[in-house]
Amino acid sequence: MSSAPVFLAGASGAEGVVASLSVRDVTVAYPSGVTALLDATFELGAGTICGLVGVNGSGKSTLFKAIMGFVRPSRGEVRICGLSVNQALKRCCVAYVPQSEEVDWNFPVLVEDVVMMGRYGHMNFLRIPTAKDKEKVTESLERVNMLRFRHHQIGELSGGQKKRVFLARALAQEAPVILLDEPFTGVDVKTETAIIELLRQLRASGHLMLVSTHNLGSVPDFCDQVVLLNRTVLASGPTATTFTPQNLERAFGGVLRSFRIAGGDLHDDHDARSVTVLTDDERPVVYYGEGGPEEEPLRRTDKGA
Amino acid sequence: MQELIAPFLYDYMLKAMFVSALVGAVCAFLSAFLMLKGWSLMGDALGHAVVPGVAGAYLLQLPYAAGAFISGMLAALGMAFVKQRTRLREDAVIGLVFTTFFAAGLLLASIYPTSVSIQTIVLGNILGISDEDVIQVIIIAAVSLTILIAKWRDLVVVFFDETHARTVGINAFALKIVFFTLLAACTVAALQTVGACLVIAMVVTPGATAYLLTDRFGRLIILSVLIGAGTSFFGAYISYFLDGATGGLIVTLQTLLFLAAFYLAPKHGVLAGRRRQSSASSEGAIP
Repeated sequence: MSSAPVFLAGASGAEGVVASLSVRDVTVAYPSGVTALLDATFELGAGTICGLVGVNGSGKSTLFKAIMGFVRPSRGEVRICGLSVNQALKRCCVAYVPQSEEVDWNFPVLVEDVVMMGRYGHMNFLRIPTAKDKEKVTESLERVNMLRFRHHQIGELSGGQKKRVFLARALAQEAPVILLDEPFTGVDVKTETAIIELLRQLRASGHLMLVSTHNLGSVPDFCDQVVLLNRTVLASGPTATTFTPQNLERAFGGVLRSFRIAGGDLHDDHDARSVTVLTDDERPVVYYGEGGPEEEPLRRTDKGA
Repeated sequence: MQELIAPFLYDYMLKAMFVSALVGAVCAFLSAFLMLKGWSLMGDALGHAVVPGVAGAYLLQLPYAAGAFISGMLAALGMAFVKQRTRLREDAVIGLVFTTFFAAGLLLASIYPTSVSIQTIVLGNILGISDEDVIQVIIIAAVSLTILIAKWRDLVVVFFDETHARTVGINAFALKIVFFTLLAACTVAALQTVGACLVIAMVVTPGATAYLLTDRFGRLIILSVLIGAGTSFFGAYISYFLDGATGGLIVTLQTLLFLAAFYLAPKHGVLAGRRRQSSASSEGAIP
């Protein structure tokens, strides 16, 4: 699956483009002298959901800005689908799902107007929608189960619904690479499950998704790759080997609360199994193991705990 | 009856009504965007920032629109530059730059007295507009309207979500430059009808009124343009009977429409809000 080529029917801009993201030695220094990112390096291929994990101020948003060309790295290079950032943006290779706080919800646009904005890269100079554009909008709204809200002003929606609208816009855009900034903040569990299911479908069709999240507990649920960030890339790779308590400790320092229960605290009999819980403010991540991180983290309650 | 059509019998009144309506329409188109970004003060700023350009142009005997436009652009670029290079907030930057320009204009006009009075610049003088100025205004309005009609959808995306604009290949920075260039140009045009002081109403009130009436951007623009053109036309028309300042009349009419929308708008009006509240509380009363 991970090497499956992207097939995007009818995508004029990104047609035939295979999703990939390469961040090499990227260093971003702001005019204020702050180095927000230092020598960040990782590679992602098609058919990937990658969790981007780190504390606030670890450079997550700077990394997103660098990928979308808002800041120019003082060193290093970002390549998207084998293209430079500007070329990739021109060919509509990247879609962005913003954080809710970034959006002006009083803006006089309807749900369908927002999703139509995803089609602009496929339209002519005057941006007059064709039948196909309208069809794509309907289809995308249907996919996130928001079709019946299409004529609502965006501010009238709940947190989860708002998020779905912007996902629909990313779908309508037909970009092989999708960046999601904190998609689970302010979202109910039902929507979270629906979003994760949608991301899995997109992974199966060869998309590459980079998801920044605080929601540590759901990372092992849906991310097959993880990038741990703290000014630089501390670790990156498959979730099973990268998303370990040790690496999380390094990424979060003292910010995470960590509980480890083992031996007599957990069992009445002799048992080498233990449970480790790491949490910031949101959903905790729970590791079960024989004192080690080798086993895949899971979210369920142990009878003995 | 005879009296009501009297303004149409005079050349200068026809010119005034037609030019006012045209300027009102373009300014209203821009207002649909301007008021959404918290940039309304930009209109005020540009209105004042063109003053040194006008004074300078008369001094050097250049077309006044050119001078006004250049100084308006300099002010806009100055604001963008200071904003980008400092941590100052937008309102502080705007306040800083436009007062500097206005002060420079006053100084210029007082040190080197010219044929143009400060009063004409500040209050406008549409009834006395010259034919060359009419042509200048028509060209500015026609070019602005053409660009806006072609690019309004792109502008909506840039104003709504600049990050997304980038990802669909829209050059947000260039479009913003175009927008502010148009704003500066239309401010110059509006100097003729309402004067520097009231320019801000022309680029804020119609959009603000339309915003209360609709949730769709396309309709917002159409409503806004109708309001801008209508109030400007009738403002000039009524000024014939009242013998009052055209600018004052135009802006008063716009304000009256805004108040009407503020109370009566079907969804976002004060009365609609009260109806919703009372129906919600009466529904709540039923167990």
